[in-house]
Amino acid sequence: MKTKESLGSRLFDIVNVCFMVVLIIVMVYPMVYVFSASISNNALVASGAVLLWPKDIKLVAYEQLLKNPDLWVSYWNTIRYTVVQTALTLIVTSAMAYPLAKRWLPGRRVILLLAAFTLLFNGGMIPTFIIVQKLGLLNTMWAIVLPTLISTWYLFIMRTFFEALPEELEDAAAIDGCGYLQILVRIVLPLSLPVMMTIGLFTAVNQWNAFFNALIYLNSRDMYPLQIMLRNILIAGTNVQGEGDLTHLETLKYAMIIIATVPILCVYPFIQKYFIQGTMIGGIKG
Amino acid sequence: MQMSQLSRIGYVLMKYKVLYLLMLPGILYYLVFRYAPMYGIIIAFQDYSVGRGILGSKFVGLRHFIEFFYVTPDAWKLIRNTIMLNVYDLLFHFPAPIILAILFNELKGKWFKRIVQNISYMPHFLSTVVIAGILVTFLSPTTGVVNHLLVKVFGIEPIMFLGLPEWFRTIYVGSEIWQKVGWGTILYLAAIAGVDPTLYEASKMDGASRLQQIRHITFIGMVPVMIILFVLNLGNFMESGFEKILLIYNSMNYETSDVINTFVYRRGILDADFSFATAVGLFQSIIGFVLVVAANRIVRKYSETSLW
Repeated sequence: MKTKESLGSRLFDIVNVCFMVVLIIVMVYPMVYVFSASISNNALVASGAVLLWPKDIKLVAYEQLLKNPDLWVSYWNTIRYTVVQTALTLIVTSAMAYPLAKRWLPGRRVILLLAAFTLLFNGGMIPTFIIVQKLGLLNTMWAIVLPTLISTWYLFIMRTFFEALPEELEDAAAIDGCGYLQILVRIVLPLSLPVMMTIGLFTAVNQWNAFFNALIYLNSRDMYPLQIMLRNILIAGTNVQGEGDLTHLETLKYAMIIIATVPILCVYPFIQKYFIQGTMIGGIKG
Repeated sequence: MQMSQLSRIGYVLMKYKVLYLLMLPGILYYLVFRYAPMYGIIIAFQDYSVGRGILGSKFVGLRHFIEFFYVTPDAWKLIRNTIMLNVYDLLFHFPAPIILAILFNELKGKWFKRIVQNISYMPHFLSTVVIAGILVTFLSPTTGVVNHLLVKVFGIEPIMFLGLPEWFRTIYVGSEIWQKVGWGTILYLAAIAGVDPTLYEASKMDGASRLQQIRHITFIGMVPVMIILFVLNLGNFMESGFEKILLIYNSMNYETSDVINTFVYRRGILDADFSFATAVGLFQSIIGFVLVVAANRIVRKYSETSLW
């Protein structure tokens, strides 16, 4: 049923749509520009002739980067840090969340408080650094994987999800002689695929994009992940082409952004459903 | 402890040993990477040396705190910058997704709405380094596109954005909004979706205008989410945005960009002045802790929603 709309209401709609169009432009323009600049002539980018569309298309920046062995090393590092951390995070977090979902388990409350308190207070940058140093993890993959292994939010989200699963299923399996471990692996985890998927994706994207721990815990070039290489080129101004050759400096920066971001943007359309789901679960938990 | 109590604990541990073993790696993680650093805070009151360790280092009481507040010339600047950046963030970045969620909700075309939403989510997935890199390259006074546009379209002289302290807060908060406003609407949209649709029908019968509906129904429906996010925001108040600041700040804009955490990074990691940096970091953690506890208490007093 459609009632006639007032002039003010129609005006509001028009302004709103115009605002959205501006919003789209503001959101998309930087990304389009980065892409255009990455495939344009360096001189035209530096002088400001390229403002939106690529001009004098050249792929030389990509060729230079793909020839650079450091890029491949850092790509491989990012992939292995991401894969190892995501796998370990899912295993350790679900193994901890499952017992915590058993309301009758003695000691459960203490462990929950232990985890919750870390949301309010932490040791800080330097004491954490010293622990990692004392454990001899500096400049190893474990310095990247272990300090951020469990996120307390994800732990709580997973626990809430496990708590909501019907108890009868577990009871039936227990009568059939399944132990807790079997119940977790055969019944609980298969039923929890959505939440595992979401937390796995969050962890993976976070690790793919992370740079600070790599900055302080790693010190050799062959351990650097992609984000550190990106930082060195974009911000510290390191020249990837070797001394003195500045002919592609600008386009190289933009090409590097594209190379580091494309994997995320490619999978984004397929996974964003899980991300939105995850944000909601997290939000409902508060 | 009495014998019977011990044996009772032993019995419980044995009975549920599989469950406790499952938790063991996680508990170890918390002890080693979360609680051991808290114990390590002791070095803030010591002259810690790596050779002598925590147990062997000399106790100096509050000396590092006194040094920070009375001797470090930049102490108040650091505190002011930390607070100001976050206050600006709260003032401009916090309301942005609320307003955008309302506007999304008022859009009529279904596919248009979906496209705008999906586009607005995208920057959320860019890494901090990419955002910082885009800022540094776009804002460059000689080769950056922002200055090219300013010169060509508006005929303004190029501005050295990242070299001028007065621009830093705008750049910081602006890029923060650009990256996060779209994603931030998700929770608010979920809250709006949970509003009883009959409320809108009823208010229409009573002759409520669209703005009145937005104010009295949509907005009120979002209030619980706002409260929770506000308290959470205060929880990160002192630390938020540190990684981005570290990437885009430079000695020319220290006046407004240098915050406590960047200072801790320079003194602690770069200069290896562990004890002093830990003391400064502890000062910040305590303020953050007090803020979130106080905010939660106030919120709990005046509304039904609270964090705990």
